[in-house]
Amino acid sequence: MKKVFLYSYILWMIIFIVIPIILVGYFAFTQSENGVVFFTLENFRRVFEFVYIKVLLRSINLALICTLICFLIGYPVAYIMADKNFHFSSTLLFLFLVPMWMNMLLRTYAWLTILEKNGIINSCLALLGFSKINLLYTNQTIVLGMVYNFLPFMILPIHTSLKKINYSAIEAAQDLGADSFTTFRKIIFPLSLPAVCSGITMVFMPAVTTFIVPNLLGGGKFMLIGNLIEQQFLRIADWHFGCAVSLILMAVIFFAAIIFSFVDTDDEGGNLF
Amino acid sequence: MKKHLIELVDVNKKFDSNFILHNINLYIEKNEFLTLLGPSGCGKTTTLRIIGGFENPTSGDLLFRGKSILKLPPYKRQVNTVFQKYALFPNMNVFDNIAFGLKIRKISGDIIRQKVKAMLKLVNLSGFEKRNVNFLSGGQQQRIAIARALVNEPEVLLLDEPLGALDLKLRKEMQIELKNMQQKLGITFVYVTHDQEEALSMSDTIAVMNNGVIQQIGTPQDIYNEPKNSFVADFIGESNIIDGVMLKDFEVEFAGKKFECVDKGFNTNEKVDVVIRPEDILILPENIGKINGKVENVTFKGVHYEMLVRQENYLWKIHSTVMSLAGSIVSLKIMPDLIHIMRKES
Repeated sequence: MKKVFLYSYILWMIIFIVIPIILVGYFAFTQSENGVVFFTLENFRRVFEFVYIKVLLRSINLALICTLICFLIGYPVAYIMADKNFHFSSTLLFLFLVPMWMNMLLRTYAWLTILEKNGIINSCLALLGFSKINLLYTNQTIVLGMVYNFLPFMILPIHTSLKKINYSAIEAAQDLGADSFTTFRKIIFPLSLPAVCSGITMVFMPAVTTFIVPNLLGGGKFMLIGNLIEQQFLRIADWHFGCAVSLILMAVIFFAAIIFSFVDTDDEGGNLF
Repeated sequence: MKKHLIELVDVNKKFDSNFILHNINLYIEKNEFLTLLGPSGCGKTTTLRIIGGFENPTSGDLLFRGKSILKLPPYKRQVNTVFQKYALFPNMNVFDNIAFGLKIRKISGDIIRQKVKAMLKLVNLSGFEKRNVNFLSGGQQQRIAIARALVNEPEVLLLDEPLGALDLKLRKEMQIELKNMQQKLGITFVYVTHDQEEALSMSDTIAVMNNGVIQQIGTPQDIYNEPKNSFVADFIGESNIIDGVMLKDFEVEFAGKKFECVDKGFNTNEKVDVVIRPEDILILPENIGKINGKVENVTFKGVHYEMLVRQENYLWKIHSTVMSLAGSIVSLKIMPDLIHIMRKES
């Protein structure tokens, strides 16, 4: 009986994961001319052209900044929510989760109305007598949109792991002479480190591949790797090059995940790998 | 005036409007092994946590060598705690767990290594430095927890039911080891347990607690032989507790018979609790002792048999190395100095 269920999963994975990846590989390593398909590494050579490498590096750069900001905001929030004397933790958690019930496109659109030339912020500034400022279509706006969208992925695993820490271990540290800061540095943070790693992975991955956020908040002015892939498939219809870029991006994410999984030696739940 | 090492003065702890602790007064002397004994929820752990600095009393004072330490946070107190579930740091190996307190006090690496090694030897875990604490057995974790506290050479060691999770045989071994360590190192132990046998065999002094009130403080012998009230008598060892009436000095009536006893100073015809230990009752053939009854149940307990003897509507519990047959009619005899008379709790 068990095996029947197992086969259904295997079938699912073959249809929706293995076959698509094989197809991506097939397109990436081939070109077609006048209906003739032939093997080539030309697509990959093109990916390493300066323009495209610049796009890739900019994507990684923005994703790293976004991940760092998510960590700097997310850790304190998760820490406060995990405090057993903090009574609003479920309310706060709820508030962080509610936007996730909405479609990501809508959520990001909402920022447009806040930030645009005649949007909420600029109207307020105008009322106060300041001149309007340009808030949209900058790198900072894109990072803002990414942080807004992906912050819960940082908070949730960290919150869960902090909640799970045995409180008497914290008391034991204090008992042995550690003040609050030392207790945090030597006990609490190391115990939450695996969750920090999964949080980082879970923010970095969607941030590096996103195309909705730069499309809307970057106004298409700043091309990121996600936009590049989208463009190859939907506008230029060069599937071969698009697939090659996708494979390179997969490799980047794969190596990032491997680096984090080295830090992540704890084999309890809440981790990605 | 001689100063006590630790002194709890009129300590009260209220949670909402319930008293968790009610007027606790307790002195702990240097090198003493004091046990707080009581059923769960009696306030013994709360008392320990107040000494450790993890709870604040609602009122009252806590003195260490005559000076109040209520305002000191746990990390500044000269006491260390062995927690109920050991609370080892899961992110550190055995060595780092034990060295934790020493490293915080910035002691040099060589001395730390020596001390940890000596401590591991003391708890019989030499060579365990690099082990992962998460994969140690309960007994080993427990000994690491003790080593982690003792390595700091605290003046006072607080132990919160440290043997609760161990099996009987290991518990007995650890009781002896702990007592030896305490005597060898000359450290004051404050020990919390609900196991009366553990308390009796290890302590210099026992404080029996119930409902946040100390019922009796004394040596194990005092507490066992001269329980102050029926709660203590019932909690420490097994007891027959019967309603009785004090007829006059040295004479008490219970179970429908008059008995000679050694107590005096009660009002005439005062209602009292009569406490008799099961091993203090002699079983004799029918009509020779004062009380006749029928043996209802016999259980083999290892060293002795436990017999339940029915006398009208009272069931006597008797321990004896000689078995009486179930169903037989026997008589019971109690010597005057083994009858303990206690005032009724108001």
